[in-house]
Amino acid sequence: MTDAIELEIRGLNFYYSGNTHALKNINLPIYKQSVTALIGPSGCGKTTLLRCFNRMHDLYPKHRYEGEILFQGTNLLVNAIDLISLRSRIGMVFQKPTPFPMSIFENIAYGLKLKGIKKKSELADRVERALKHAALWDEVKDKLNASAYDLSGGQQQRLVIARALAVEPEVLLFDEPTSALDPISTSKIEDLVMHLKKEITIIIVTHNMQQAARISDWTGFLMLGEMIEFGKTEKIFTAPSEKLTEDYVTGRFG
Amino acid sequence: MNQEKKRKVEGFIALLLSTLAAFCGLFWLIFILGDVLIHGIGAMNLSLFMHDPAPAGVQGGGLRNAFLGHLMITSFATIIGVPVGVLGGTFLAEYARGRNISRIISILADIMVSVPSIIIGTFIYAIMVKPIGHFSGWAGALALAIIMIPVVLRTTEDMLSLVPWTLREAAFALGAPYYKVIVQVVYRGAATGIFTGILLSIARVAGETAPLLFTAFNNSFFSINMNGPMPSLTVSVFQYAMGPYDDWHAQAWAASLVITVFILFITIVGRLLLKWRYKQ
Repeated sequence: MTDAIELEIRGLNFYYSGNTHALKNINLPIYKQSVTALIGPSGCGKTTLLRCFNRMHDLYPKHRYEGEILFQGTNLLVNAIDLISLRSRIGMVFQKPTPFPMSIFENIAYGLKLKGIKKKSELADRVERALKHAALWDEVKDKLNASAYDLSGGQQQRLVIARALAVEPEVLLFDEPTSALDPISTSKIEDLVMHLKKEITIIIVTHNMQQAARISDWTGFLMLGEMIEFGKTEKIFTAPSEKLTEDYVTGRFG
Repeated sequence: MNQEKKRKVEGFIALLLSTLAAFCGLFWLIFILGDVLIHGIGAMNLSLFMHDPAPAGVQGGGLRNAFLGHLMITSFATIIGVPVGVLGGTFLAEYARGRNISRIISILADIMVSVPSIIIGTFIYAIMVKPIGHFSGWAGALALAIIMIPVVLRTTEDMLSLVPWTLREAAFALGAPYYKVIVQVVYRGAATGIFTGILLSIARVAGETAPLLFTAFNNSFFSINMNGPMPSLTVSVFQYAMGPYDDWHAQAWAASLVITVFILFITIVGRLLLKWRYKQ
């Protein structure tokens, strides 16, 4: 963990179509090569915040951002930003595994091909590296041409992580990546996240407070679109400054 | 007690009526298929496929020209209709998803599916055959293509809508532009369904007569010229069945059998694919 800042959110407001004010004046630093967990009750805006980082909201009409998110010094909320290159630098893993309807190999190669890598040997090389990175290689090395749908849910989720890693992003966003998985698959994904933070910055939205406590270095607690408290994970879970945070992490509501 | 008896009688009557209705429908279906099969097989011979029609009243001859014409008209209809239908369905399910224009076109396509096919035939007659001055294979292919388009369009739209939205988001999150998301991810997820829709739309037009009467018309000679009148199996059946010669009647039966078997085959393949798709 370093003190260098990867992403800095300054005065961020977000409105969905119909002027729903979903995020209210969010300020928060995301430190390089660390895991930042976003927690809070359902509908608090944690997923909305996560989807600002790769501008996923741009897929839907009439949304509005205000404020800035500085990514290595550049505001990524300006219109001029190239979303295609932004999304290859900031990857995302979703709640439900989202393997594409193609083979395991093609799934991983998909993002690489988008980046213009065509050479067979390089593709094979980088697919292998990504699968090893996501701790899936040993389980799938003999069936790379099998459909990705043949894998179990936990394997599919690691496949999706490998697919995101293959394009070598600097930041990886996780949107409740284990909420659809069994405990063993969950612990594998958690180990993987802990391992990955040595190289990349991770932001994870989770409903599971034990998970946030186990794997994150920093925690942000949101409620009704506001960032109630942000700080070191130990502090948030042991000695929070806000009464609301304490009530939430001790399970009094939410 | 009385009430219970009454209910039992009512239940029995309902069962009896619906069973009778089902058998009534099935009876005619089997009657038609059986009749076509018996008469068709009796009239089937190699010369049907090898020779062109003999002059009226002369024994022998075949329907080689009609088989070829039918194949050409249906193939070109598919080549014209399928891309338009698939791309149109893509527009509705992807680019215009959730917009009013998408809903309006969907409803119009549903209406078009049930427009009597002879109206499409007369329409092409008015806008193409009349101005050009003669019947042509192209006009026939275009009429059939117009019948295919709404069928393919609606199936494509439905099949694309079944592909989970999260799959598209996942592709976007990797930095894919929308057209690549559609072509490389969404189409692959919906491929079997779209293919089934295409097969069923071919089956739908392969048995049409009315739209060809006013467009491709007929031709007693062998012709691969799509710019001229073209024979087809269905129009030949129409003409031969109305004609005065026993030989013609036999050939009409044989041609009916071939069309029926062809359409049955395509429909069954389509249904099996659809079933297989939903099992996945």
